[in-house]
Amino acid sequence: MTLDKRMSAAEVVAQLSDGMTLGIGGWGPRRKPMALVREILRSDLKDLTIVAYGGADVGMLCAAGKVRKVVFAFVSLDAIPLEPWFRKARETGQIDVLELDEGMFQWGLKAAAFQLPFLPTRVGLGTDLAELGGLKTVQSPYADGETLIAMPALRLDAALIHVNRSDWRGNVQVFGPDVYYDEWFARAATKSFVSCEELVDRMEDHYPDNAQANLFERCFVSGVVELPSGAHPSSMPPHYGWDMKAFKAYADAARDPGDWNAVKDRFVGATEADYLATFGGKEAVAALPLPIF
Amino acid sequence: MSDITLAELCIFACSEAFRGNGEIVATGVGPVPRLAAGLAKLTHSPELMMTDGECYLVEQPVPLGPRRYDDRKPAGYLPFSRFFDAAVWSGRRHAMVTPTQIDRFGQINLSYMGGTYRQPKTQMLGVRGFPGNTIHHPNSFFFPAHGPRVFVPGEVDMISGVGYNPAKRVAGGNYSAVNLRTIVTNLCVMDFQGPQNAIRVVSLHPGVTFEDVQAATGFALHRADTLPETPLPDAEALAIIASLDPHNIRSGVIKDNPVARPSEVTS
Repeated sequence: MTLDKRMSAAEVVAQLSDGMTLGIGGWGPRRKPMALVREILRSDLKDLTIVAYGGADVGMLCAAGKVRKVVFAFVSLDAIPLEPWFRKARETGQIDVLELDEGMFQWGLKAAAFQLPFLPTRVGLGTDLAELGGLKTVQSPYADGETLIAMPALRLDAALIHVNRSDWRGNVQVFGPDVYYDEWFARAATKSFVSCEELVDRMEDHYPDNAQANLFERCFVSGVVELPSGAHPSSMPPHYGWDMKAFKAYADAARDPGDWNAVKDRFVGATEADYLATFGGKEAVAALPLPIF
Repeated sequence: MSDITLAELCIFACSEAFRGNGEIVATGVGPVPRLAAGLAKLTHSPELMMTDGECYLVEQPVPLGPRRYDDRKPAGYLPFSRFFDAAVWSGRRHAMVTPTQIDRFGQINLSYMGGTYRQPKTQMLGVRGFPGNTIHHPNSFFFPAHGPRVFVPGEVDMISGVGYNPAKRVAGGNYSAVNLRTIVTNLCVMDFQGPQNAIRVVSLHPGVTFEDVQAATGFALHRADTLPETPLPDAEALAIIASLDPHNIRSGVIKDNPVARPSEVTS
């Protein structure tokens, strides 16, 4: 094997640096690379710009003072609609933001993936988004002459994504009913690091029949970390659902005591093994039922 | 039979917004809009498309609340990963949602209230998909508590959805798909068919007067030439609503879960 991209979570974080723009895959409380996020929370990394369909990933990084700016369309835990730690960071004026529509957001990732400066869209016209976010317009050069918003490319220095399976070379397989925009995070980033529930040496020797689940190509993968239960407390179908009890405890802690340093041991842990032990280990995570909508 | 509740009347009224929409995705966010979309599909508008709330298109609306994971029967697939391509930006959707604020132009807000962009007084969800929804496909609204904090004077704090405000229209932009349809509240049904798309009251729920609605609204409302009473759901509609909401989640939507037709006060 010459193309071995295996690394530890700490080695992933060692490749990141202060001030970077980081994309985080998943959607709200779903498919979040939380174990990699926790590894960032155990590090000295700071001044990050976070680009995410946000959930507890954004909340925790804000709470821990790791964030300079958030690029978002929402930050939510679904059943707990308002992410309390993000809310606190916003209401104290602690972070800069670029607020976008959900569709503009993926359009910006696509512009970055295609190495374009922007992609045109009608979305944002007639709202406060363009003015507040400093988005410019562009005029169609064709007969229609239409004025459109030029959605700038959301270029990522690195993307973090949690997948169901990968091999050593970064051939991923992604299952679950919805994969959101993970493939575009991967293609919009200079480097993408994937954590996975299951790691194999050569995908073709183990799961050749699932090749259609190869959501993005291995040229977009710089590092692979085996981290079973690595999305907890977010959901990772078909392996496990979200841990609403854990989310609730996390949300409650934003009010009482409301101090991240007082609770971070519980929600981050000194090591990933410590963290998982707090929530009953991999067996307990595997038993979390898939959410019903 | 128990009394018809105001929530059930609202579901019935909301379902009318989806009548004759054609083969588009009907999205109802929240219990009343979602039950309304399901009711529309199971009665007058079977051609409507809808999801199970996650990513599968279903031909049988999925009931609210706890059920078995595999109870849904997928007939198609519409995940978020292709939602903008297929449903939103193609205009093949009608969403009914509950923003935090709405103003006289139909501009809506879900992002933040008070303060500034840099430091809001109250951070809410974020604009989510509202900017794209409102410029690309029809939208309707349901509000369970009609009051001046929802129907605000002036303009909403952060314009998250396109309305009919001429001052916000960038010259040369294409606003042809902006199409705000129906507003259902706990007091009345309204549309945007007043002068210059002004909000207009078109029916009043039993026991409600136009003056009651106006007093609960932060801006001047137009009134339709005739103001009928909002119709009560019939027995078939009530049975369908009950089947789609076996845990009676609808009973928690409007404060105190009032009946649709308050008993006449006699003296």
